[in-house]
Amino acid sequence: MGSNMAENHPVAFRWVAQAKLNGATLIHVDPRFTRTSAMADLYVPIRSGTDIAFLGGLISYAIENEKYFKDYVVNYTNAATIINDNFQDTEDLEGVFSGLKEAPQGSEQKYIYDNATWQYKRVEPWDPAKAREEAKKAATFAEMIQRMVPPAAEKDPTLQHPRSVFQIVRRHFSRYTPEMVERITGCPKDVFLKVAETVTANSGRERTTTFVYAMGWTQHTHGVQTIGTTALLQLLLGNMGRPGGGILALRGHATIQGSTDVPTLYHSIHGYMNHPDARKAHDTLADYILTETRPTGYWANFPKFIVSYLKSMYGDAATPENDFGYDWHPKISGDYSHMATMIAMAKGEVKGALIFGQNPATSINGALQRRALMQLDWLVVKDNFETETASFWYASPEVKSGQIKPEDIKTEVFLFPSAQVAETEGTFTNTQRLIQFHEKAADPPGDCRSDAWFTHQLALRLKKLYADSTLPRDEGIKNLFWDFDYDPGTYPTNTRIEGEPDVFKIIREINGYQTGTKELLKSFGDLKDDGSTTCASWIYCGVFPEEGKLLARNREPDPDNKPGTNLGWGYAWPANRRVLYNRASADPDGNPWSERKKYIWWDAGQKKWVGYDVPDFAATKAPDTPAKPGATGLDAHDGKSPFIMMPDGKGWLFVPTGLADGPLPTHYEPMESPVVNLLYPKQQHNPVAKHWQHEENQLAQVGDPNFPIVLTTYRLTEHHLAGAMTRWLPWLAELQPELFIEMSPELAEEKGIKNLDLVKITTKRRSIVAKALVTPRLRPLMIDGKVVHQVGMPWHWGYMGIVTGDIVNDLTAMVGDPNVSIHESKALCCNVEKLQ
Amino acid sequence: MAVVLSRRRFLKVSGAAAGTAVGGLLGLGIDVRPKQVRAQQLRIQNAQVFPSVCPYCAVGCGTLVHVVDGQIVNIEGNPKSPINMGNLCPKGAATYQLHVNPNRLTKVLHRPPNATQWEVVDLDWAMDRVAELVKKTRDETFVETLPNGKRVMHTTAIFSLGGATIDNEWNHIQQKLMRGLGIVRIENQARI
Ligand code: SF4
Repeated sequence: MGSNMAENHPVAFRWVAQAKLNGATLIHVDPRFTRTSAMADLYVPIRSGTDIAFLGGLISYAIENEKYFKDYVVNYTNAATIINDNFQDTEDLEGVFSGLKEAPQGSEQKYIYDNATWQYKRVEPWDPAKAREEAKKAATFAEMIQRMVPPAAEKDPTLQHPRSVFQIVRRHFSRYTPEMVERITGCPKDVFLKVAETVTANSGRERTTTFVYAMGWTQHTHGVQTIGTTALLQLLLGNMGRPGGGILALRGHATIQGSTDVPTLYHSIHGYMNHPDARKAHDTLADYILTETRPTGYWANFPKFIVSYLKSMYGDAATPENDFGYDWHPKISGDYSHMATMIAMAKGEVKGALIFGQNPATSINGALQRRALMQLDWLVVKDNFETETASFWYASPEVKSGQIKPEDIKTEVFLFPSAQVAETEGTFTNTQRLIQFHEKAADPPGDCRSDAWFTHQLALRLKKLYADSTLPRDEGIKNLFWDFDYDPGTYPTNTRIEGEPDVFKIIREINGYQTGTKELLKSFGDLKDDGSTTCASWIYCGVFPEEGKLLARNREPDPDNKPGTNLGWGYAWPANRRVLYNRASADPDGNPWSERKKYIWWDAGQKKWVGYDVPDFAATKAPDTPAKPGATGLDAHDGKSPFIMMPDGKGWLFVPTGLADGPLPTHYEPMESPVVNLLYPKQQHNPVAKHWQHEENQLAQVGDPNFPIVLTTYRLTEHHLAGAMTRWLPWLAELQPELFIEMSPELAEEKGIKNLDLVKITTKRRSIVAKALVTPRLRPLMIDGKVVHQVGMPWHWGYMGIVTGDIVNDLTAMVGDPNVSIHESKALCCNVEKLQ
Repeated sequence: MAVVLSRRRFLKVSGAAAGTAVGGLLGLGIDVRPKQVRAQQLRIQNAQVFPSVCPYCAVGCGTLVHVVDGQIVNIEGNPKSPINMGNLCPKGAATYQLHVNPNRLTKVLHRPPNATQWEVVDLDWAMDRVAELVKKTRDETFVETLPNGKRVMHTTAIFSLGGATIDNEWNHIQQKLMRGLGIVRIENQARI
């Protein structure tokens, strides 16, 4: 669902084809009929942006027909846990949860949630504020965490208690009936039921079902909740932590996973630790640790992760006396995500930008982003070709049309040429969390340099410029530990490039080492919270356990691909585990659920977990180990709790903390939709969605007759993103030379459009032109008795390159998911007309 | 500055660079396939081979890079990789042209404020100038505490934006340098 795997992840799709040969059933649920649909046993059309309604229907079907995996649900999920008496569901409050309040003035959100009422009910009263006060008096971090352990949660293993998670989930989804699914999504009831029967019949002890998704699920103002719906369903069906199960995210770029883990993202620091934030109780290191640490479960080790990270930042200057340099580390105090930043830039609040291999001139609401670039004092672009972002000042549509003159654009622009993958060495992390090293094969031409070269050289210059400063504000940069030059005598001799950083030194710092001896760390189990270990990324710790033995460079596949986990090929974080939470592949007693689905199990003779993968569980913790009441970390879990990162060791059907838009997923319409929300007529879209206010960023109202058609965007096999890496390559440019719009024959006839006609596409933001591709691959849907048309557009074009075309993102709007600020480009409202 | 190829030159470049246009030529009744196989063998004869990874999507297909006399002559799928077993999709198969391509930039270009043209500049000069600009903007916009007294030690006037096909090692040092300077608008393609 939400993915056209055959065209966008084609080589991975070979394995789906292989699975089909082995008897697997393939279902494709998507607004468009694609090559993935052509390979499927069942193609299921739905309206773009209604996946939660569809998946919610599956949840309700599984519960009402008792087709969930009871042993798994009772033992491995929080189904039995009792929720706070004050919690109110969307069924009680007509589409919103308890805790909704107005957002602060000037925010991009109208409302936000306070999650106090979504919490577990404890067996005895507990006051977290008081516990925190006591904890602050502790002498060590370990003791501090100990004092924060809450009393156990109330449970009802029979799942009958009306406030048990299971009953709350059941009531929440009870109106997601097959009839409702049909009215909302346009998927005929009988087709939906076929999917529901197939999926539930294919889940249990003997069989597992997997869900595969891509941007079709994420690029929505309820993107995170769509994934959450699937997590809930997969837990109910017992498909998590088991071979052939799970939820597979097909990410889009070579190391998009790496850029998230090693985060060049404003909200997080290494290994999924939240960025220090002036809006939270993060004033001192102790405050930060108290706010961020979950005292039970593996996250109890948080103090070790953050202290080792601070040591990697500030080296010897980070000491226990100065809180390991915590005060030098910046804090965030707002949303600085891509869209928020471009809006601030358009207002003149951002003065300079460093842009590497990214192309905002063709990004969401492109015209607005280009206008923002014009407000900059300086812009650095580093890329392989001259991108739209580098050339906006003379080649953008606004300049070409004479609307703006280059002479009136003050921005100083630099364009640095880049080395490409075969001209550098380093690692990528693929969509399976697999870290792979690529070797350098040749020098890049001319002044092309690696991106690491650029950042290293910039750092050396800035360190020098600040070396003599005595200002307190410059202590952070002065103390920043920067030791990436090659050691004397080790610089490679077979290159003409000077000044490259030593990539292995960078990996050392990511992996971590003993602060004193510099000896590499073998595992994150070695980390300490006293400064004796230095480690930027606790999740990558172990990738480089010994000198000369970088595991990302491992290239030994399994013979004949058996057992097929290929533990000798690359390195998957954490600890080279290929399937996360794989303790769940065994039953509560530690035996495989079935011979067919054997993966990790307890070997009573050896007294340890064994199997085809690295066990994602304490290696020698027996299934009958009891939980230690009041303990911290994994001791708080018994031997039957596979979800080691969770405070209670259980998979969460109901999510008390961590989500901005509710503890359960709810169907909301996209921000632009031709129809009203049939489930919650009083709550059209996500109440806490983000919408950046700007005159050029307006939205069509519900059912606006000027914009009656649903538009979705997508990618083609032959191009990558806005084309910066493909539209300059003759081979690829020739294969897909031109922008087009896919539309159904019915819509084309209604609009008097013929195949290959030029068509004007208009949204509330802007109009662009594309060639018509009239095809039955798109079909009109019947939504609650009314015909709704959908069109689709690939978004690979721009004004630079061998082949050019209009920018599809000029049509999209800056609206975002409240959790992660991703935009909504998969469901917009537009109109199309033949260009006269 | 943009190099726009005419259709004629487009085909020429395409043909000269090892040809996926074979299908098209077949349509014209010309079969060059045997010669192509032979050319391919010659091309990688005596080449050094370096294992690499496809730089496009997140599947992570393994590739092999062939180098003769320091020049990349061929990039193809790595048959040993359990991910792709030698296969590549059209993008992965075109990785060679990402490297060997007449449209590629090889010099640093600079556009002064309000100018109408690019100028070619020296790499070292450009690096010095960027360092100066980063320092100037940071120093002019640095905030130590918010009006409510909360310590932030940051600037929100500089934006660092990265693509998601750049090595993890770059991501590490980029976020480290930015956070070291107090730059907090750090973003990546991974967001959107
Ligand atoms: S060859 Fe294609 S499928 Fe494989 S990593 Fe590259 S882009 Fe992805």
